Amino acid sequence: MKYLDEFRNGEVAKRLAREIRDATRGRWRIMEVCGGQTHSIIRNGIDQLLPEGIELIHGPGCPVCVTPLELIDKALAIALRPEVIFCSFGDMLRVPGSSQDLFAVRSQGGDVRVVYSPLDAVKLARANPDRQVVFFGVGFETTAPANAMAVHLAKAQNVQNFSMLVSHVLVPPAIEAIMRSPGNRVQAFLAAGHVCSVMGFWQYPPLAERHRVPIVITGFEPLDVLEGIRRAVVQLEAGEARVENAYARVVTCEGNRAAQDLLAQVFTVTARAWRGIGVIPNSGWRLSPAYAEFDAEQRFDVGGIETVESPLCRSGEVLQGALKPHQCPAFGKECTPRTPLGATMVSSEGACAAYYNYGRLLEQPV
Amino acid sequence: MADSIDIDELACPVPLRDYPAIVLGHGGGGKLSAELVENLFLPAFRNDALAQLGDAAVLPPGSGRMAFTTDSFVVRPLFFPGGSIGDLAVHGTINDLAASGAQPRFLSAGFIIEEGFAVADLHRVVRRMGEAAAAAGVPIVAGDTKVVERGHGDGCYINTAGIGEVPDGVTIGPHLARPGDAVIISGTIADHGMAIMSVREGLEFESTIESDTAALHELVARMLDATHEVHVLRDPTRGGMASTLNEIAAASKVGIVLDETSLPIEPVTQAACDVLGLDPLFVANEGKIVAIVAADAAESLVAAMREHPLGRQAAVVGHVTGEHPGTVVARTAVGGRRVIAMQIGEQLPRIC
Repeated sequence: MKYLDEFRNGEVAKRLAREIRDATRGRWRIMEVCGGQTHSIIRNGIDQLLPEGIELIHGPGCPVCVTPLELIDKALAIALRPEVIFCSFGDMLRVPGSSQDLFAVRSQGGDVRVVYSPLDAVKLARANPDRQVVFFGVGFETTAPANAMAVHLAKAQNVQNFSMLVSHVLVPPAIEAIMRSPGNRVQAFLAAGHVCSVMGFWQYPPLAERHRVPIVITGFEPLDVLEGIRRAVVQLEAGEARVENAYARVVTCEGNRAAQDLLAQVFTVTARAWRGIGVIPNSGWRLSPAYAEFDAEQRFDVGGIETVESPLCRSGEVLQGALKPHQCPAFGKECTPRTPLGATMVSSEGACAAYYNYGRLLEQPV
Repeated sequence: MADSIDIDELACPVPLRDYPAIVLGHGGGGKLSAELVENLFLPAFRNDALAQLGDAAVLPPGSGRMAFTTDSFVVRPLFFPGGSIGDLAVHGTINDLAASGAQPRFLSAGFIIEEGFAVADLHRVVRRMGEAAAAAGVPIVAGDTKVVERGHGDGCYINTAGIGEVPDGVTIGPHLARPGDAVIISGTIADHGMAIMSVREGLEFESTIESDTAALHELVARMLDATHEVHVLRDPTRGGMASTLNEIAAASKVGIVLDETSLPIEPVTQAACDVLGLDPLFVANEGKIVAIVAADAAESLVAAMREHPLGRQAAVVGHVTGEHPGTVVARTAVGGRRVIAMQIGEQLPRIC
């Protein structure tokens, strides 16, 4: 398949891994921001190809993982209402709220549906004028344009029974927060390629400069990830801190202007709580005043929700790179993909689930 | 095959024409039930044992040990590229028998139909079943129909059970894999699951993904003729290759190592998996068989399989090891490795 197969080539991967080994003198800690990259690293065993001096820290870029518990509980409350058809991307269904997940809501009669595009939810709203169709608008800048388009269409077509529960988060403020945190261990970033395909990377040079940190825009196939790591290592060894684009077949500096214009129209920047991390200023989007009528939080009375996080779960430290999943005392014991205590064990992109499923702790040689 | 409109298929036999949709009475045991059997089921399934319409089919004695299995089919949609619930209901039970080394002899079919289900659709399903059974040479000799109230079912559910005979000298079981054995798959993986998902979710790809639904007993017979060294056979349906291999690893107390680059997969199926963030190892197949076989017999077995239309792309994809018992490990294309663990529930498409 063009643009995919050639980026999975085992021989080229070995060559890149050798180049990384040859280039590495010091000990470096590199964070891949995006959960999709974490998934690719673990699924392909890329970390096993790296020299001992390089430690990958798995970042907070899994939308499922950082969606705050309060919002999940709101989603569950809305989904249980008899007049509601609640639409979501698939992997939000198993995320535990304070007491249950969307699968449990479905078994209790809640009309919960998996959709592949928020536009399908608008279609569903038009086909079911007597029902309230709510879409769970979760994600980073990558999923935001389609969500914005859905709200925009609903307004243009006057689909009044459509609304969106929005929990959008933004990457650059998260990078800023990580670099400012007192316990920060990250020395370079692999920036999320698909986020940059929408937003471009013009926001990153000030970050790289301010924090003296290399930022490499990186894709998701094994060779993309290896090339991102290679460039980060070369910069670190040379004492440089630049923004580099290692995903040029998809990403341009200015990004997708049409998408950015729509986003600016439909959303407005707001403070957001990140599950396990806390509130980060200016780190998310909510619907702008012109589209506020489509805000599910306003349409349905879901205030006064008290959330209860598991006291055992340390996903916040995992998301900030302070703790490896298997270093958590609950990992693989109280907390497994079957009985997840936190979202990082739920999503297939979550670092804890990735470690668990792909057996980081497998000790026997193969 | 794509579902083009076939006038002959849509035309319902008199007097069913009077009822365009199933009514409760069709399952009531009275005249309507009898008409359904006589005009719809009997012509499609056509065989002497069924035609006697006794309370039970009385069958000739077999030779050797008997294998007996049952499976229920609730797939949605009922018709999909490459097949239908009718094909699956026949193939699924035949394949369960084949995977235990048995030659399938007889099938039964039970229908649970929702009130309001179109008789024309039932006719299509039943015809497909009849054709699949005839093509496989395994008659449907007993049946039952129940109708549930509207809203209490999803169109049409089918249960089939099957009896087969295990030839003398054939000893196959999930606990019989041994370190050193080779792991073989009969062809491309993940086609059925992705075919269903692409129609169910309205996903459009440049070319259609067709289900691989097929009856595997002839291929299996050929495999058992080719070598006596087959230790395990399994058809990797729900949960895909990953679940099947995990079950074998657990039952045999061995480890299994998969070479990910040697797994046959259609490019369009791989692309669909990539789009949805699904791992093809966990996606269902309905016309594939996994064989675990002594290493020195692997090459000749693959050669024999490739002579059969359903085994054209057969390949050795891994081996059994005494290391890490109960665990399946994949070697990845880039030279890493990962554990293939059992899935908790269904795979969920990822957000991004």
